[in-house]
Amino acid sequence: MGEKGEVFLARVIVLTSGKGGVGKTTSAAAIAAGLALRGKRTVVIDFDVGLRNLDLVMGCERRVVFDFINVINGDAKLNQALIKDKRNDNLYIFPTSQTRDKEALRRDGVERVLDELKENFDYIVCDSPAGIEHGAITALYFADSAIVVTNPEVSSVRDSDRILGILASKSRRAEHNLEPVDMHLLLTRYSLERAKKGEMMSVEDVKEILSIPLLGVIPESESVLRASNTGTPVAFDQESPAGRAYLDAVARFVGEQREMRFVQPERRSIFRTLFGRA
Amino acid sequence: MAGNLVQGALFTVMVVRAETLRDPAFEAELGEQVRRSPRFFLNAPVVLDLRGAEEFTREAEFVEARDRLRRHTLTLIGIQNSQPGQAEAAASAGLASFAPNSTQPRGTRPAEPAPTATAAPPRPAPSVAKSRLVTQPVRSGTQIYVRGADLVVAAPVSAGAEIMADGNIHVYGVLRGRALAGASGDAEARIFCSRLEAELVSIAGRYLVSDQLPPEQRGFPVQIALVDDRLTIERN
Repeated sequence: MGEKGEVFLARVIVLTSGKGGVGKTTSAAAIAAGLALRGKRTVVIDFDVGLRNLDLVMGCERRVVFDFINVINGDAKLNQALIKDKRNDNLYIFPTSQTRDKEALRRDGVERVLDELKENFDYIVCDSPAGIEHGAITALYFADSAIVVTNPEVSSVRDSDRILGILASKSRRAEHNLEPVDMHLLLTRYSLERAKKGEMMSVEDVKEILSIPLLGVIPESESVLRASNTGTPVAFDQESPAGRAYLDAVARFVGEQREMRFVQPERRSIFRTLFGRA
Repeated sequence: MAGNLVQGALFTVMVVRAETLRDPAFEAELGEQVRRSPRFFLNAPVVLDLRGAEEFTREAEFVEARDRLRRHTLTLIGIQNSQPGQAEAAASAGLASFAPNSTQPRGTRPAEPAPTATAAPPRPAPSVAKSRLVTQPVRSGTQIYVRGADLVVAAPVSAGAEIMADGNIHVYGVLRGRALAGASGDAEARIFCSRLEAELVSIAGRYLVSDQLPPEQRGFPVQIALVDDRLTIERN
């Protein structure tokens, strides 16, 4: 941990939101896949002890032997628990326990595991549970960067605001007065049509309330449900608008400039206009 | 040398009227207030105003009042506006006598200077406490309380955030949360903001919720003051 001259140390990224069901796990999987596609050695960790989903979304639920809690408790070694993704050699998944609950996440154990992971990876993506209690706080505690996943909807925006306050006060960087956690907004399940009709908050509305840089806008897309059900991170789906949006977000995260697609009206074919599909 | 022993100082203290202690609703209401803002009330000093409460004449009554307030995490430190008999009884209970302060009408006793060292005049009181300046957005769920001074926020205040100050509150940004100025009773405190979208505004305990704000002022830079016991909102 910490900044040691020019040496690039693994960056810990947390996907958090406060609100449940906004797309943290989908986004964690997609962003980890996006980073791996760029040649970065990436591990994605499930912090949602007791309600684990990451293994399903990544398609490795049938290969889980040992998990995060086993490693924290010393019952297994890290390399026994890590699962290599079959589609990309740079991508690893670290599942969590389904039988325990979040009390099993001890901060010192998590720190030890993260330190070990930092030696072997470029990016460590932490998929946080919903809420603002122990599980969510542990997931964000060691983060260098935070991607706050938000739906363009009032409850989600309020909860994201809350989690931003918590990142600024209860993260390790905040407690030790280090450079603050680098925060980004990821707007998910966005529909331009509904925003124009006033049924949904606009990108500008959300940006104004949350006042953090926008990393990306992920359009509402059926491909996301398909991706979850087939255990394929949506970023691997080249034809999906959501997948492409995630890849754009990853590009911006590593410093590239990308235009925001899906927030300008897209040219629509006559069939789409007739049948009104997004 | 002896001048260093005792210095003058200014403090802001809450005042509780002794006659409200008799009210059966007092405990419940105070309990509710403390539950909502525990940090504000924790170990906060309180002065008991004895106007209209001539029956407080025995040391035991002051001890009982102190215990009752202690149960709500408040610390009773003194009395004010007492009759001659009451002052002695209060002193026996370890309570100090305070002169009437500027936000209340003057009592019959002349104001007395703070105790001073005998040999040399006391050092001048330290200047008024420095205003607190906040430059990061005040996020939902955050509570800020500035004791004895003004609060200046040069950033947005989110819905679900609560900012409080004994003095004035200035928000150079949009105010979406709750703002409580004059929190310890200073009715001259004001609230200033660049854009009014507050959930609740309050000065010295009088408040208006969002629904009660005049619609023509929403979204504009305003100044809120307490005039004749009513909150007034004026365009800045």
